[in-house]
Amino acid sequence: MSTSDVTKDGIEGKRPGRDALIGQGTGKGERRRRRGERAMVPKAEFTSYYGKPVLNPPVWQAADIAGYFFLGGLAGAGSVLAAGADLTGRRKAARALKVSSLVAIAGSAAALIHDLGRPARFYNMMRVMKPTSPMSMGSWLLAAYGPAAGAAAVLDVTGLFKPLGRAATLGAAALGPAVASYTAVLASDTAVPAWHDGYRELPLVFVGSAAAAASGMALLAAPVRETAPMRSAAVFGAGLELAAAKLMERRLGMVAEPYREGTGGRLIRVAEVLSVAGAAGGALLGGRSRIAAALSGAALLAGSACTRFGVFHAGMQSAKDPKYTVVPQRERADARDTAKTGNG
Amino acid sequence: MSGLVGRNLLAGPEPHVAEDAGYADAPPRMGFFTDTSVCIGCKACEVACKEWNAVPEDGLEFTGMSYDNTQGLGADTWRHVAFIEQDKPVGNADSGVRWLMASDVCKHCTHAACLDVCPTGSLFRTEFGTVVVQEDICNGCGYCVPACPYGVIDQRKEDGRVWKCTLCYDRIGDGLEPACAKACPTDSIQFGPLDELRERAAVRVDQLHEMGVEDARLYGHDPEDGVGGDGAFFLLLDEPEVYGLPPDPVVTTRDLPAMWKHAGVAAAALAGGIAALFTVHGRLGGRR
Repeated sequence: MSTSDVTKDGIEGKRPGRDALIGQGTGKGERRRRRGERAMVPKAEFTSYYGKPVLNPPVWQAADIAGYFFLGGLAGAGSVLAAGADLTGRRKAARALKVSSLVAIAGSAAALIHDLGRPARFYNMMRVMKPTSPMSMGSWLLAAYGPAAGAAAVLDVTGLFKPLGRAATLGAAALGPAVASYTAVLASDTAVPAWHDGYRELPLVFVGSAAAAASGMALLAAPVRETAPMRSAAVFGAGLELAAAKLMERRLGMVAEPYREGTGGRLIRVAEVLSVAGAAGGALLGGRSRIAAALSGAALLAGSACTRFGVFHAGMQSAKDPKYTVVPQRERADARDTAKTGNG
Repeated sequence: MSGLVGRNLLAGPEPHVAEDAGYADAPPRMGFFTDTSVCIGCKACEVACKEWNAVPEDGLEFTGMSYDNTQGLGADTWRHVAFIEQDKPVGNADSGVRWLMASDVCKHCTHAACLDVCPTGSLFRTEFGTVVVQEDICNGCGYCVPACPYGVIDQRKEDGRVWKCTLCYDRIGDGLEPACAKACPTDSIQFGPLDELRERAAVRVDQLHEMGVEDARLYGHDPEDGVGGDGAFFLLLDEPEVYGLPPDPVVTTRDLPAMWKHAGVAAAALAGGIAALFTVHGRLGGRR
């Protein structure tokens, strides 16, 4: 006689959840649509393995890596503005921007090291120089830019070795645009659909966002009489960022959804509002009122940060949903098969 | 090693990966052919891999995904057996359920994105044409994780570094076959020189077609595909996405030259734009 509780009718007569849901999985991957949220495109038909993502999503922390994108942009564009201010006699703005670039690049290096799984092995970044790895190129770029930006700030504040300070300022300005733009390649050179597919426009989004942030810093930290070019640069940067982002969203089709929905989409919308408000406020009122200038500057900085976090989260969303990997690839494969059979 | 100049080494067919990586007298490229039509879902490959490579436990969960509680490849899962139950009759039956089983593994791509983007040189190409992580170099930057188009490599949280299948680099160097292939009771996992495996796979897919298994198709065998062909390729009985595989993966670095170009344009736009604005505004106190 059996003493087991497990009988032919299940455990003590119960049959808990015995019906296999064929191809349904646990349903964990299902996303619930919020009320009032309308689908931009009809729900794509696709097959996946129990709704599991095809990709392993990035293991990067938002605060570290999106923060690094923001700080790198602030530093890089700030060095360009600082050199312009230096060369046109805007001494206080130049100094403020040099100091902000030094602090930003130091912060971004700290964020990068903090994000490593083995921070103590940071020095291995200097082990090779690899053009196929944007992170390797970025490490070497930072190794050149960091000291230049640092020397520019320290020599300006201390007033020592003026020719050397000028050289450092110009050197940092020469490398700054690369620091501001290469992070877009860093993100694009992955299999993450929203990042990879946006590789044409993402660098423009990033440098625009960087120019807006650095201009915002100048509006915040420099006297009104010196910031006229920075107010123009804010309009230029915000305009470039918004135009490139719109172009990207249009070109990406369904892969652009994460830029409109969820956390990524919300941050991108907030960024648009802040950037436009900051650029417009700076241009219209920033020349008259110190308070208006400071508020506009803060809005520009916050807008730039929201753009970077928005792009970061949009990428994460696109990596975690198999739809964005499978649908475009399936379309591509089917189109190729059709072309083949058509010709053959 | 000769003749690297002027060739596109980022995408397209590359018949001699090991030679191009600098091995003068490289042995033949080795790989896996996983014939899922004979997989019985025993998971001996998963167990053998874990035992041989001392891979830690990867979570004890009940998922409800058929017999698959492993879920997918990752830092602590280097072989993963997928189970798919389909409302599709087998053979001449009128109705019924079809059960697909497939053992997934690192593809050891000809153009491996993980290797391309690794900033430390921790990931490297072996003399067998496989792709291996040097754990004493990896600093856990995590760049390889989203670079992989197949979702293979991942970071081990408690350790910080990334891990994946090594194609048993330590075994094949000694003339042994990898642990998973050794353990496979049906020879669903076949190990050998890639050229030979490709020939064997072509014969097998023809054989299955003749037997009326129309669904049989090869995946990852083609050197013309987006990753230049996989070192570990498969015979599948349905579309790749059914098994959780990408239908048309492309190595992200194929587009890297274009990415650098666009970044260069953007950098020039930033420098030029700001220079122009300062020129227009002129010196402080001067005329506009």
